[in-house]
Amino acid sequence: MDHILVAKDVSKSYGDHQALRNISLEIPENCIYGLLGPNGAGKTTFIRIINQITYQDSGKVLFNGKSLAPEHIALIGYLPEERGLYKSMKVGDQALYLAQLKGLSKSEAKKRLKYWFDRLDIGDWWGKKIQELSKGMAQKIQFIVTILHEPKLLIFDEPFSGFDPINANIIKDEILQLKEKGTSIIFSTHRMESVEELCEYIALIHNSEKILDGKLSDIKKSYKNNIFNVGLQVDRDAQLFLDDLKTQFQILSSQFYQQECQLDFKVQLPSGNTTEILTQLSKQANINRFEETIPTANDIFIQTVNKRDNGR
Amino acid sequence: MAGKLGLIIKREYLAKVRNKSFIVMTILSPILIVGMIVLIAYLTKVNDSEKRVVAVLNESGFLHREFSTSEHTSFIQFEDISLDKAKDSTSSMGLYGLLHIPDGKGLEQVAKTAYLYTKDNPNTQITQQLERVFQRKLRQNRLGDLGVSSEQFSDIEKPFELNLATFEGEKSVKGITEIKAFIGGGFGYAIMMFIIIYGTFVMRSVIEEKTSRIIEVIISSVKPFQLMLGKIIGTSLAGVTQFVIWLISASLLLFVVLLISGIDISAVMAELQNTPGAMGGMSELANTLDEDTLLYAREIVNIPWLLLISSFLLYFVLGYFIYSSIYAAIGAAVDNETDTQQFVFPVILPLMLAIYVGFFSVFSNPHGPIAVGFSLFPLTSPIVMLMRLPAGIGEGGVPLWQLLLSILLLIGSFLAIVFLAAKIYRVGILMYGKRPTYKELVKWLRY
Repeated sequence: MDHILVAKDVSKSYGDHQALRNISLEIPENCIYGLLGPNGAGKTTFIRIINQITYQDSGKVLFNGKSLAPEHIALIGYLPEERGLYKSMKVGDQALYLAQLKGLSKSEAKKRLKYWFDRLDIGDWWGKKIQELSKGMAQKIQFIVTILHEPKLLIFDEPFSGFDPINANIIKDEILQLKEKGTSIIFSTHRMESVEELCEYIALIHNSEKILDGKLSDIKKSYKNNIFNVGLQVDRDAQLFLDDLKTQFQILSSQFYQQECQLDFKVQLPSGNTTEILTQLSKQANINRFEETIPTANDIFIQTVNKRDNGR
Repeated sequence: MAGKLGLIIKREYLAKVRNKSFIVMTILSPILIVGMIVLIAYLTKVNDSEKRVVAVLNESGFLHREFSTSEHTSFIQFEDISLDKAKDSTSSMGLYGLLHIPDGKGLEQVAKTAYLYTKDNPNTQITQQLERVFQRKLRQNRLGDLGVSSEQFSDIEKPFELNLATFEGEKSVKGITEIKAFIGGGFGYAIMMFIIIYGTFVMRSVIEEKTSRIIEVIISSVKPFQLMLGKIIGTSLAGVTQFVIWLISASLLLFVVLLISGIDISAVMAELQNTPGAMGGMSELANTLDEDTLLYAREIVNIPWLLLISSFLLYFVLGYFIYSSIYAAIGAAVDNETDTQQFVFPVILPLMLAIYVGFFSVFSNPHGPIAVGFSLFPLTSPIVMLMRLPAGIGEGGVPLWQLLLSILLLIGSFLAIVFLAAKIYRVGILMYGKRPTYKELVKWLRY
């Protein structure tokens, strides 16, 4: 598989503070790659290195197999977390200016801007000043400016912040369409539900180090611990029934709802083999729920970070 | 890359020029300045035009016909009335005061007993004028006692002026050193004002990009240094535009004023064209201008204008770039304008020092050690060297090595300061939060 971006042992420090320590990442082409981590972990520093805003102290960054160089700037689109526009400049002039700075010709930039303004239904904003627009409106313009030069690699730092749910959805759909067209996307966020929804790959950065990376589905698989949620209709003495089960299986927690005769419990099956317990249960009770618990990205995030912190 | 710099310059220029306060300032400033000058001239005139009338009661045999009406004072003679009556009439007529000269034996006696009566403390102008009359008469009287005739006395009184010339034998005139330093000082002052005004504009523009958070978007497309450079150039071009507009409107205004006041402009132009260096044409001009004015004109024409203007441009560009890159670094280091003060003061200090030291030491001695030192030191040389340069290069002027050393030092520190300022700028624009200390700024240089 081809990689749009490869980082090898990238380190960076600001004075005494080490912002990145030996980060190695491989970002495959044409995927959405989630860059996760708590605040201050070093995500922004890493992104700034990709954008050549700062430079690594040691290590290498390869873009499309070649060492990162100034000509790559036109192939990268970056929507920073701290973003804004000139307040007293007109929307159209501003978008044109930023597009031209990315290397588009004026006429081409104008054509594409018109297309995007129509597409996002904001055509009548062209002559307005930013200070007359709401924050969400300005974010839309910012999004357009980021993607206008059709970069091969897009980097979004918290792209949905400042959007209402409807507009957030519009932007999400646009991001997915860009991916369909072949763009590779790095996605830095704390919003785990959007990670779940969008990202195929993730990397978790914590305290300047990468502590986890890979395909999200693989990571989830490796994080599942064969715990099953079980729900039963029991018409006998539930406590007795449970005690009986406990002698054979590893029951983690349980709850009995007297009125509905409903017994819920969590069970860990070390081998992952469900045949035995299902056979036994089906003989004695009515099973209305039996499911494997799959850890969410959020769970993995918290679990990994905590494990790391406690391990120190 | 050059294209991007052009884009930035264009944006910064347009953002500045289209700004409402810039337009208002450009239009309003000349009107305000002209208005101020007119107002001050008018007020001064009103203040001075009051004519004071002093009554004179002269009972002695001396000092008749000595009190002649001058620009600000006139005299009325009272005769054959008593002192009390004279006082009454003076105040009832609303006159300024009463000079009483009683009768006595001899001028000395009379002068000693003379009094000036006024309502409040008398104006010094008047007392001096009266004292001069008495003094002159007394001196003449005393010399007359020594046998000096009144004809001889008027010979004695003739004022004397020292003739001045340079070693080359050219006649020189008084005050030309001051005039030259003043012309140079004008250039220096213009540089200082431009640096302070447009440096602050650069700083504000950097702060605006920081607070609006557009900065990270932009520097993901261009190098911070390019942005800084584009900003400085764009802002200064806006400044130059403003100056050019002022210059043109000032010349137009002058033209209109001349037209209205009925001076024959074509004649003036012809005279001006004849003046530079054309010593042969001097005799014709001598009819209209007196000799001293001619000498001044020649001295001013003799100022090495080409050298002065070309060094003005050189010092202006280098000085402006040094200071405005410092201003840009300050803007990058802080989050809002109120935090800039502690950093701006040390920047303005050398500029102020240059102006004041320049005006004091260069005026008294254009080539003294202080003047030389400040004209070599890079942060003050753009101003102080320009004050010294009207005297020319070489003998009697600035030694060539000093000029070259000064320019060399300026270029060297220009490169060093822009390099350091760009480093602070690069780090500072991405730093938010508390105001950095000087120690932290030094740390940023190593990032």
